[in-house]
Amino acid sequence: MFVLCALAGLLVVVTLVDVVYELANNARPSIARNGLGFLLHTQWNPNFNREGAGALIFGTLVSSGLATLLATPLGVAIGLYLAMMAPPRVRATVGPLVEMLAAVPSIIYGFWGLVVLVPFVERLEPGLHGALGFIPLFGRPATIGISMLSAVIVLTVMILPIISALTRDLFLTVPRELTDGAEALGATRWEVIRGIVLPSTASGVGAAVVLGLGRALGEAIAVSFVIGDVNAIHASLFAPAATGAERIANQFQGALNAQHLASLFYVGLILVVIGMLTSLAARAIAGRFDVNRAVGATV
Amino acid sequence: MSSAASQLVLGESGLFDPTAPLTASGNLRRRGVISVIVTVTATAAALAAVAILAIVVYDVLQRGISSLSVGFVFQNPSGLAGGGIFNYVLGTAEVVGLGAAVALPLGVLTGIYLTEFAGRRSRTAGVIKLALDMMQGLPTIIVGLFVYGLIVIPQRRQSGLAASIALAIVMLPLMARSSQEVLLLVPNSLREAADALGVSRWRTVLTVILPAAMGGIVTGAILAIARAAGETAPVLIANSIFDPNAVSTNIFHGVPTIPMLIYSSVELPIPQAVARAWGAALVLMLFILIANVGARVILARSRGKMGR
Repeated sequence: MFVLCALAGLLVVVTLVDVVYELANNARPSIARNGLGFLLHTQWNPNFNREGAGALIFGTLVSSGLATLLATPLGVAIGLYLAMMAPPRVRATVGPLVEMLAAVPSIIYGFWGLVVLVPFVERLEPGLHGALGFIPLFGRPATIGISMLSAVIVLTVMILPIISALTRDLFLTVPRELTDGAEALGATRWEVIRGIVLPSTASGVGAAVVLGLGRALGEAIAVSFVIGDVNAIHASLFAPAATGAERIANQFQGALNAQHLASLFYVGLILVVIGMLTSLAARAIAGRFDVNRAVGATV
Repeated sequence: MSSAASQLVLGESGLFDPTAPLTASGNLRRRGVISVIVTVTATAAALAAVAILAIVVYDVLQRGISSLSVGFVFQNPSGLAGGGIFNYVLGTAEVVGLGAAVALPLGVLTGIYLTEFAGRRSRTAGVIKLALDMMQGLPTIIVGLFVYGLIVIPQRRQSGLAASIALAIVMLPLMARSSQEVLLLVPNSLREAADALGVSRWRTVLTVILPAAMGGIVTGAILAIARAAGETAPVLIANSIFDPNAVSTNIFHGVPTIPMLIYSSVELPIPQAVARAWGAALVLMLFILIANVGARVILARSRGKMGR
């Protein structure tokens, strides 16, 4: 029994190592040809065997970064509401509903994004451009709504439940004596949150945010429906763009030649490295400040 | 903003200062208003999240309900747009079922290893936990690329088997994590009682600990299966070539799955095909939502049994 269990655990480790090996192995033709310049090169032209991931890395970082920026305050607010403000019965209903948002598969978010969200964004864009057009972020609408903005919204919806569920569990671990003590001293609810709850859970919240970011960085299907897969770097949110994961999903089946396929594997390898770095970062942040908190267990 | 009140509570250095004068700071109204604003904002955020869920569910329901019928689920498709989705339902069940058959026992065993056998400071356990974290953080498209390199390239064809392995990799860390969590909830007194009676560890695990944790393990298994059923990226990479109009259950060839049906019909310029895709999306979503609710009910029951 012990041996069996230990073997199962070790299989996890072996699989993970093999993932990296397979990706690197299949990416080898592209690595040999493009080297590390692949990371910065912004052209993607498989017809001429020229591939670079620069625009993809830009699109990946911008879409996930903005989604995380939007989802963090919202998610933390929901976590606070569920942990500290909601009456027990509301908490027991709203909490699972928010978690349900994470259960909806990405294909449905993609389909919904394309059919419902994209037309909505199309109508939204001219107004935003008119009002805020002086900021480069809100440039001239370029498409029928298939844009970086749509991808950001879809990703925000997808990582919101992750951040809110994780932070709710964290806020519930704040010792009752601390918050009760602050309230007894006359602190208002906001002062309890700001003075006691947030400082004592800051590292866990940070870890939850990084985990949400990691999820957004790797999302392929939902993004591929709404971002347009256009290999370009624009300041405007209303222009179509591309991300690494989404590019793999879009072009893998129709890869033109071995070189193209190898480049897609190379993109995958980059994503794995980014993903593992975010996992490590989440662990490091969670472990740094409050060792005793059960972040590792809830995350 | 450092309000006077939080200074009153915490003092300048962040510690309680017993010598601070207990005088009213005179801005109670402002403090109260800020607190109310925060409360309202947080409530609105929670409502917004629920509203988003309602909108997504409503949109899928409204567009998919017209194609939904018993025949839709139990008939094979005909052509690009007609008929039902029986072969896709069957294929999804087969691919997910096989993946679950691999991943769920392995996940439970890993969970048992981490909680019951590895010492608290075991280095092996630390490495396995780190690997589980990273595995769970792997983008699913990467898992697809992995099985493509591992299975599809050597076999020279896409297959349901490759997709099953990919889904197993998606499910394994979820299952290991959830079983680890419920095993930690099993009261230590049970283990101590078994130890005191001289029962060996493996027998304790099989006859005492696993039965006590069964409800939570079943919950974790259902959630993992629901998650895998909706995964699209791995089946897209490893299992996207199949006969769209016939039942094909040969696991060594391409097997049709519901996510692939949706993925490939979305951009077809045929309204009936898109309607069928909405129907399939509704079936998938209902399965996942019902599985989630069911898992919660089972968990609540077993918690009740364990007296928690």
